[in-house]
Amino acid sequence: MRLKDKGYGIFLVPGFMLLLLVVFLPFSMNLYISCTKWSGVGIPQWVGIANYVRAVQDSVFWASFRNNILMIFAVTVLPTFIGLLLSVFLFDYGIPHFGQRTVSFIRGGIYLPQILPVAIAGIVWGWILNPNYGALNRILQSIGLSSFAHNWLGDPATALPSVMAIMVWFQIGYPLVIFMSALQRIDPQILEAAQIDGAGWFRRFVISVYIIRPEILVVVLTTTIYALKLFAQIYVLTRGGPGTATIVPSYFAYQNFFEKANVGYGAAVSTIMTLIIFLLTAVFIKIQMSHEGIGEY
Amino acid sequence: MKQHRTSLESLKKIAAAILVSIVLLIMLFPFYIVFINAFKTPADYAQYGPLTWPRLFSFNGIISFWQRVDFSNKLINSFAISFSVAIIGVLLSLLNAYALGLGRIKGRIVFLVLFVVANTLPHEALVYPLYYLAKLLKIYDRQIAVIIVFSVIQSAFGTYLLSSVFASFPRDILEAAEVDGCGKMKNLLYIVAPISMPTLSVLFTFFFIWTWNEFFLPLILLISNHRQTVPIAISVTQGQHNMDATMASASALLGILPCLLFFFLFQRTLTKGITAGSIK
Repeated sequence: MRLKDKGYGIFLVPGFMLLLLVVFLPFSMNLYISCTKWSGVGIPQWVGIANYVRAVQDSVFWASFRNNILMIFAVTVLPTFIGLLLSVFLFDYGIPHFGQRTVSFIRGGIYLPQILPVAIAGIVWGWILNPNYGALNRILQSIGLSSFAHNWLGDPATALPSVMAIMVWFQIGYPLVIFMSALQRIDPQILEAAQIDGAGWFRRFVISVYIIRPEILVVVLTTTIYALKLFAQIYVLTRGGPGTATIVPSYFAYQNFFEKANVGYGAAVSTIMTLIIFLLTAVFIKIQMSHEGIGEY
Repeated sequence: MKQHRTSLESLKKIAAAILVSIVLLIMLFPFYIVFINAFKTPADYAQYGPLTWPRLFSFNGIISFWQRVDFSNKLINSFAISFSVAIIGVLLSLLNAYALGLGRIKGRIVFLVLFVVANTLPHEALVYPLYYLAKLLKIYDRQIAVIIVFSVIQSAFGTYLLSSVFASFPRDILEAAEVDGCGKMKNLLYIVAPISMPTLSVLFTFFFIWTWNEFFLPLILLISNHRQTVPIAISVTQGQHNMDATMASASALLGILPCLLFFFLFQRTLTKGITAGSIK
């Protein structure tokens, strides 16, 4: 009987070798580089944890993480919240009153931004918000609100909120689609029973949210990690500016790697990002395991 | 009383319809505005602004942007890279999952965890060494570098997904075939691969689109204009040239169109995948 399990190892060889070469070797090199001072040419100079100490004392580093937390608000908190309200509304009220086809159409329309590469979503908004010829300022002027016309991405006060608003627009479709399919698991009798017992829409909303907890958890985890990796939209829209108004960890690492030739420091920043992602994943897996089986139908 | 109630109901329905329409309008407005302005002449835009329908459909903005970035070349690049990655990525996933999901080889849990970890690592923590290694191996600024990197990265996800799908694979078939003298390779080619074709095609679609949409690593690894992909070329051009409003709109439209095409081509597969795996 043991014989049948032999001989499979060979099939793993090419895939695993490549994984070592493309992922784990570079990752180890990055760890080593993070403990050196290196401009990208010549021999890296070992400096121990100096780059990490430098990060802790660097105000730009902290600015990037502060912005990152605001980005989590824009890609995780708001879209999850709006997505929940919308999906329960469409499911509970929309399908009975407007019909399945109309609701599918609405869902498709809200999901549409998600099919774009983030860079292209950035290009779309970059031109709408362009201070010289962009559509938004032109619209504001034409309806007599010229005083609101603004260099949205060029002003430190509005740059980050603008990027955040764009991200909410981009992200909403993802939780909506997932939650709407999760809601199909709910036994309609539960909601009907609740309604007979006099539960209003809010109570039914709470019940629905409770039942689709596992999906909410997945959405929160994946989008939080996604927030940490935001790069393309910043690259396209603001390049982290003006000043450091929209700097995020990923872009900060990129700048150190390829613009400032602080390769060691960039490697340290990216290692810190990795650690945070591992930590988040571990916490979420733990929550998921402790809730396993509850709320499944 | 009843009269009152129905009118309240229909009032609620109208309010709901208005609310949903507003949400939908906000979501689709950018697409609309990109679309109409891509077909305007600069004079039309200057005179009537962004909201009006084009006086006359002009393809000048689109054509001149197309020529400026040699868009045909970028489409071919993106297609070649995404297609190769999807093929190689699916093949690697199948081989890996055959060994890990069906083969139950020693230490399979450890291997599986490594594939999952590889999938969560941020590209920022790989980019500089990859850049350095690509230069060392003389494949820097070659599409082969991007193809190798993404085939492996996508296969890390595919291996994990396919291995869990294989958990419910009827293994008796394989054992029976083995008794009949079928080798492991024949089992894979004639039994496992055909049976898992539906999952493989979902993976293929996802790998293709994910790779098409990638930005960070291709931006670093492909530096020459004529080797770049669609999203990179459009983004880089944005910073380099002075564009007028209609050409900027045209560039956005050209970025959107291929994705719309994929969306309508693969709609079914995509919705299945998004909801089944809740992935990425």
